[in-house]
Amino acid sequence: MDMKRDYYEDVQLFESNVVLFWSVVFLVFLFTLPLYAPAYRFYLFNLILVHVILAVGLNILVGYTGQISLGHAGFFAIGAYGTTLLMTKMGLPFIVALPLAGFISAAFGFILGLPSLRLEGPYLSIATLGFGLTVTHIIGHWDFFGGRLGLQVPPLDLGFGFILKTDIQKYYLILIITIFLVISARNLMKTRVGRAFVAIRDSDIAAEVIGVNLLIYKTLSFAVSAFYAGIAGGLFGFVLGFFNPEPFNLILSIIFLVMIVVGGLGSIAGAIMGATLITILQYSLLKNIQEVPYLGPFLVDVSQRWFTVIGLENMNNIVLGLIMIGIVIFEPLGMYGIWIRIKKYWRTWPF
Amino acid sequence: MYGQLIIEGLSIGACYAVFGIAVVIIYKTSEVINFAQGEMAMISTFVAYHILNVYGWPFWYAFIGACVFAVLLGLFIEVCFLRPAKNPSVLGLIVITLGAEMLLMGLAGWKWGGEQKDFSLPFSFHKTHELMGGLVINDWSIAVFVMAAVLMIFLFVFFRYTKLGVAMRATQQNEHAARIMGIKVERVFSFAWGFSSLIGALAGMFFAARSTLDPAYMMEPFLRAFAAAVLGGLMSIPGVVIGGGILGLLENFFGFYWPAWKPIVAFLVIVLVLCIRPSGLFARHYEKKV
Repeated sequence: MDMKRDYYEDVQLFESNVVLFWSVVFLVFLFTLPLYAPAYRFYLFNLILVHVILAVGLNILVGYTGQISLGHAGFFAIGAYGTTLLMTKMGLPFIVALPLAGFISAAFGFILGLPSLRLEGPYLSIATLGFGLTVTHIIGHWDFFGGRLGLQVPPLDLGFGFILKTDIQKYYLILIITIFLVISARNLMKTRVGRAFVAIRDSDIAAEVIGVNLLIYKTLSFAVSAFYAGIAGGLFGFVLGFFNPEPFNLILSIIFLVMIVVGGLGSIAGAIMGATLITILQYSLLKNIQEVPYLGPFLVDVSQRWFTVIGLENMNNIVLGLIMIGIVIFEPLGMYGIWIRIKKYWRTWPF
Repeated sequence: MYGQLIIEGLSIGACYAVFGIAVVIIYKTSEVINFAQGEMAMISTFVAYHILNVYGWPFWYAFIGACVFAVLLGLFIEVCFLRPAKNPSVLGLIVITLGAEMLLMGLAGWKWGGEQKDFSLPFSFHKTHELMGGLVINDWSIAVFVMAAVLMIFLFVFFRYTKLGVAMRATQQNEHAARIMGIKVERVFSFAWGFSSLIGALAGMFFAARSTLDPAYMMEPFLRAFAAAVLGGLMSIPGVVIGGGILGLLENFFGFYWPAWKPIVAFLVIVLVLCIRPSGLFARHYEKKV
């Protein structure tokens, strides 16, 4: 079906003109989104874009390189606190502070990548988990980071006094950064580095035998992934406007992992779909589940009879848990796998 | 003073060790890291709480009810969530157990609400006995030590001399060969989950008596116990007991001198240990084949 006839077909950015056409249409749609959607929705759209950046970055590590990370909330926090503190304490402009926070995060990613050379599976997961907990603990207990009270984000000044205030203005900034980072990730996967990552995922010993330097590529994968998480974290701070160490916990790391597993491991499109779906579920649908027609009153009724109505907010965890279990049992490739199956069905339709 | 710190560290370490044993039993048989272990224990403890406070039955009824519930819960999760997954990857298994964790946490929050509750065992903290040299030990610690010791002896006998224990070890070493030799592998897995859920519920009740009972209270103890198990090598039961002891002592001493950093010191030490010995202190490292 998707036969590759020569080498250059494998490395080009868009597989065919059809893909290029629909990508352009989709981008035009995203850029004109304020025309169709009400302004109060843009807080949610900004969160989706931030999570897309993070999911694409995490997918480089988990989906393409095959390492496990339960500590990405830590990198996310480093990005958020790094950007804000660089701007408030050192007076750096936003354009410098955001990439710098990304590189700080990448440096921590490099350090965390070092144990990954010797650890695998469960042992690596506990090392990354410990890292995430440590970061959250340090920012929660050190006054320099605002402690438990949190930090106020400075105004988003792009330079020359051009300050972004509304959600729609921030949306355009985040959208441009997201598109840039997603295309970079896709490009990266088509280069020598990306192929080295995939080789490590499939078998690290075999990859080493054919000449992939594990030291460089494993730590590089951690660093790139942490860089994406750092950038996402920095933007996340500006979306919220005010944050404290509370949200950067283990559950957040798990939710990041859910995004890419639900979307589909090892595919950029899957990461985007998964991040979108999980963010909408988390921040919009399940938060206001009592207002959903039919289902909401039914759940309230069930709660009154056997459970507690006040605990209905836990629906969030219940649904996410069921999604996680269901996706591994029924569709291990995630939403991207469903998409591939639909595509195959149409290609070969009468048969 | 050091003696007192050692006693307290060892007693909490023994509690970590008992909970770590629950993690190790599942990992030993099916090579699954059960991230839902803490929440399984949490919900079993909530069942005991419910029987005690809503039905008002005596403690031992609640205790037995919680144990029965824990076994059934373990069986349910194995049969309904893990068995249907076809050839899952390591990450897939981790995601399933993480999903079970979130599911159970959500259910408990829905049923009992998020506020903290008191759960007490007949072994109180306030009833203390004096040992030699002015050291004191409380009832809770004695009960934990007795439980850990009984469990250790039982598991030693179980894995060495009973048919089921040998079948579990065989399944861990080579699932296909075990199947060919006539071991019902599925049944062994189910048994391991039920058994480990039971042990986890026992430890969970002790943790609840030590702190308070709410849907997230097992998160920290689970991570500590998991860390203890990793320190001991995830495969050996003596390893996890020694790992739990080391962890409890470390934590108690650091907690005495630098209280603010108590929760993370254990993890830093473990990452360092893992960098030197990647498979923990007591497990033999098997080289993976290509």
